[in-house]
Amino acid sequence: MVSTTSQGRQTPAAPPASEPLAIELRGISKAFGPVQANKDINISVHKGSIHGIIGENGAGKSTLMSILYGFYKADSGTILINGKEVHITDSQAAISAGIGMVFQHFKLIENFTVLENVVLGAEDGRLLRPSLAKARKLLKKLSDEYELSVDPDALIEDLSVGHQQRVEILKALYRQADILILDEPTGVLTPAEADHLFRILQGLKEQGKTIILITHKLREIMDVTDSVSVMRRGEMTDTVKTAETSPEELAELMVGRKVLLEVNKAPATPGAPVLEVENLTVVDSHGVTRVKGIDLHVRAGEILGIAGVAGNGQTELLEVLGGYQNGTGTIRLKGEELDLTGSASDGQSRRARGIAHVPEDRHDEGLILEFSAWENIIFGYHHDPEYQKNALIMDNAKIKKIAREKMERFDTRPLNEKLEAKSFSGGNQQKIVLAREIERNPDLLLIGQPTRGVDIGAIEFIHEQIVALRDQGKAILLVSVELDEILSLSDRIAVMFDGNIMGERLPSETDERELGMLMAGINTGADAAQTGGA
Amino acid sequence: MQAMPKWADAVLIPLISILLAFFFSGLMIWAIGKDPVVAIQTMIQGAFGSTNGIGYTLYYTTNFIFTGLAIAVAYHARLFNIGGEGQVMLGGLGVALVCLAIDWPHWALALPAAMIGGAVFGAAWAFIPAYLQAKRGSHIVITTMMFNFIASAFVGYILLNYLKVPGSMSTESAGFSAGAHLPTFHEMLAPFGINFSKNAPANISFLIALLAAFGFWVLIWKTRLGYEIRSFGASETAAKYAGINPVRITIIAMMISGALCGLMAINNVMGEAERLIDNAPEGAGFIGIAVALMGRNHPIGIVLAALLFGFLYQGGAELTFWEAIPRELIVVIQGLVIMFTGALDNMVRAPLEKLFLALRKTKEA
Amino acid sequence: MDYLTILQILDSTVRLATPLLLTCLAGLFSERAGIVDIGLEGKLLAAAFMSGAVAYVTGSIWLGLLAGVAASLAFSMLHGLASITFKGDQLISGVALNFLAAGLTVVIGQSWFALGGRTPSLSGNGRFGEWNLPFSDAWSKIPVFGPTYNELISGHTALTYIAILAVPVSWWVLYRTRFGLRLRAVGENPSAVDTAGVSVVRLRYLALVIAGVLCGLAGTYLASLAAGFVKDMSAGRGYIALAALIFAKWRPWYALSATLLFGLLEAIGNRYQSIAIGDFVIPVQFMQALPYILTVVILAGFIGKAIPPRAGGTPYVKER
Repeated sequence: MVSTTSQGRQTPAAPPASEPLAIELRGISKAFGPVQANKDINISVHKGSIHGIIGENGAGKSTLMSILYGFYKADSGTILINGKEVHITDSQAAISAGIGMVFQHFKLIENFTVLENVVLGAEDGRLLRPSLAKARKLLKKLSDEYELSVDPDALIEDLSVGHQQRVEILKALYRQADILILDEPTGVLTPAEADHLFRILQGLKEQGKTIILITHKLREIMDVTDSVSVMRRGEMTDTVKTAETSPEELAELMVGRKVLLEVNKAPATPGAPVLEVENLTVVDSHGVTRVKGIDLHVRAGEILGIAGVAGNGQTELLEVLGGYQNGTGTIRLKGEELDLTGSASDGQSRRARGIAHVPEDRHDEGLILEFSAWENIIFGYHHDPEYQKNALIMDNAKIKKIAREKMERFDTRPLNEKLEAKSFSGGNQQKIVLAREIERNPDLLLIGQPTRGVDIGAIEFIHEQIVALRDQGKAILLVSVELDEILSLSDRIAVMFDGNIMGERLPSETDERELGMLMAGINTGADAAQTGGA
Repeated sequence: MQAMPKWADAVLIPLISILLAFFFSGLMIWAIGKDPVVAIQTMIQGAFGSTNGIGYTLYYTTNFIFTGLAIAVAYHARLFNIGGEGQVMLGGLGVALVCLAIDWPHWALALPAAMIGGAVFGAAWAFIPAYLQAKRGSHIVITTMMFNFIASAFVGYILLNYLKVPGSMSTESAGFSAGAHLPTFHEMLAPFGINFSKNAPANISFLIALLAAFGFWVLIWKTRLGYEIRSFGASETAAKYAGINPVRITIIAMMISGALCGLMAINNVMGEAERLIDNAPEGAGFIGIAVALMGRNHPIGIVLAALLFGFLYQGGAELTFWEAIPRELIVVIQGLVIMFTGALDNMVRAPLEKLFLALRKTKEA
Repeated sequence: MDYLTILQILDSTVRLATPLLLTCLAGLFSERAGIVDIGLEGKLLAAAFMSGAVAYVTGSIWLGLLAGVAASLAFSMLHGLASITFKGDQLISGVALNFLAAGLTVVIGQSWFALGGRTPSLSGNGRFGEWNLPFSDAWSKIPVFGPTYNELISGHTALTYIAILAVPVSWWVLYRTRFGLRLRAVGENPSAVDTAGVSVVRLRYLALVIAGVLCGLAGTYLASLAAGFVKDMSAGRGYIALAALIFAKWRPWYALSATLLFGLLEAIGNRYQSIAIGDFVIPVQFMQALPYILTVVILAGFIGKAIPPRAGGTPYVKER
């Protein structure tokens, strides 16, 4: 282990004489109201290299790159492209300077064609048809050159996420970008798709393009970048050559102290099945079948981890179990059937049956951000007799007292139940949700993306709580897109792909590679015959 | 971390917005060649200078408390009900039908029955757009707007074909019987030795409006239903997760809104006109929007804003009389208030936030 | 009902549909750019007043037209200031515009002309003349075609022909030009337009400028048709146009059919106080309410689903 303090090495790796600097940021600062998102950031990227920017959620990576792309304006600092100072006042200026960006949430018009999306903003003259004709030719050339084939006349909404990402890259290339910024590009991709993306990036690099890769995944940094900058709380902590660092060192630089990358837990002692799901099918409001007749069970005292790339039916599975999505099939809780479509199919009824749910999306589902913490701590349980003064009026004084106690037990900071939920950090928001759900002593805990957008310090605490609940003999269904989390927390792992369960594995008998194949819909294991053809 | 202290958000911003609205109103009065100071004096004198003026001011205030509360209930569920006008119209029909149904022996019996009539008709009229929004996704702003026009045609038809006194020239129903006449402030205050103007239309409905405001506060901040309405308004996805039924909340919130609008009819139809006339609401349903926005959807704010608009209405009438400024001046002020408090919020907020940020920085330094 | 009666009703349909069509297209441009325009009514009314006032003072409806367009533009820009620049609520600012127009037209009108909010009557060049197309007299004797050409196709004012011409032009602008592509894009996903290096603010303001001009034409048409401004003369046409826009699913050619349909309903309602079908009498109030009822039915999705532009109703704020 290299012992590096937060001061770290301040000397960046010496630039090879042959490769000039493509990007140089000097003293960039940016504040959103009272929040300082970037503080005096300096960074240099060599031409023809892949440069990684790593940091926790909220460290300021995306803000910094959005400044480079002209999406936000910096409060102070200068930007040099190819050694010349440029004033990037808007995205148009960034595009003119040869910068392209692929945002985490794609900037595409869903009901436009690929061609229209590529052309938008970079048209050739006032009339549309000649522009489109010209773009069609160029697009064909670009797709052939970089393995980026995509149907120019397809509507975006009909494309897979991977293909939509290709359109974003093509958009940048069509604008003749020399510098390409990608913000968390693999979050929505299978490992195989991610590998394909990295091959494309290598190809672009060989053509002399400069690439900046923003990610929070250490493995990606180690695999594809030449150099890497680490950000923490809006500041740049260090820039190092990838070949000269290790994941442990980077993790420490990100957090500012040593981090345990593993969870301590005793082997599970599972009991009787608590949750049994048979032939569950979910069709969403657009008529798309999201879950395709799956079977699974969770026993008391075990954690079943559901792995998979986002959007393969995990969300809908949680929603049906949580009572706010209709499904067909059979779900039994401790042997008794749950209502899947009728009047008892809602969040209240599920909670009454002993199912607690920490939803995947804390901001849109788990919390009301404008509500104070004490109002959030009864959210979903507000009909509980414990919280009422009489038949009509709620006992707000008592709720505040209970809220404070719960927050204290979950080490929520600041310990102020009157503060609005949006004023807490991601980790503390998640603690409020966990305090609410776990303290109800449920039989089954549904938990989606427990540590998304949560700082590493809080991750350890949250993982401990989940394991502690398991050790009390509760059944836990964990959904996460982070393979590391699935591997370290689960007692059993099921992988979802395209609405099916591709296979089940024990963490001790599998690895990231095999799970990655399953996540891409490829099953080479012994159970291939049963599920592979589904 | 909040950018601004709470009091600034709750009091300072609306106050500045209203001052801006009044500044531009004054500018307009000046532009048409009148003296704004004289105008304000005339208005204050007209609205508060006599018990007659006060009686009219409070009569209008009563209307606006009802409609302001109505718009605010819906707004807590993030439903923008601009169909208040139509709901008040239907409420008027409901109140009139109750009052005309039998020869009421005493107002104390007629009033509760009329309240039910008005509330039920108003709620029913709000139910249809609410149902269409909740079940079919039809935008409630457009449907409630359409329902204003439909209400106007519908009530006009009923009035003309069923309620109009045969042979009468005017489009209005028969007058209500004496047992359905509500006590006015004159009658209510006489036992206390206060001689309140006999002609002023302010009546017992004012007290019911204040009760409604208190009920609103209890409903929104003290009951489970209010908690659910606010949750649904803040985040529909979160509400679904928590097991709050969006269809149920949309329909209930809109029906309460419609019922409050309908209740207004006890003031204008039963308390003042004592008959159903054509276009009885006179825009009160729309003023509710301005009142709710200005009152920040809080009952105390709404009562104060309603009082302000009551003053503007009565003062405006005096202005027409003495200064030959058309009544529509009030409509302009109403538009300015909606614009500044509702749509130009950020214009006031952004510089204030910067100011507070700078203040905090100097304090820290 | 004889052929001439039908022709007269159709002719009146075109007259009544003209302001609706112009206003509907105005709404189409602003809503396609992502700005829900409930303030059409106010823009229409402001234009009607200013055009009526200036046409009376100058004696020229063309100068009135300029003034009407200017007034409508001013309202449009106020809408833009609130909903684009200051990112305020589009609906609330639209509602505010309607009140401002309803009040200001009367207050200012009273101050200028002292006629209780009316403007003095327009005559001569203060109104639009009717355009008689070539051969309308010569051909009028030809059976069926002659009267149709003479009554229905010929003999409208310039603005009617401009309105009809505006339909293919709008279609062409929206679907065949760079500006149209960007306009439609900004109504669907403004952040995609922003990151493509195109100014969202500029596009949305431009859309509001177009909407302002079209509402200005419509308002002037109203003032000319009625030979002067009367208090509240837009009489809900801005809302009917909004309804027609939904009916038209935000498309130019459909907008033509929708406004003609609503114009026809109004024409029939104007001509017959009540319509008897057998023993059943349809009251006139029902005819008046029919456009609104139809719109509600459409909104409820019972006759095809109207999907509005996806970014409509929300001010563009860069997400963090």
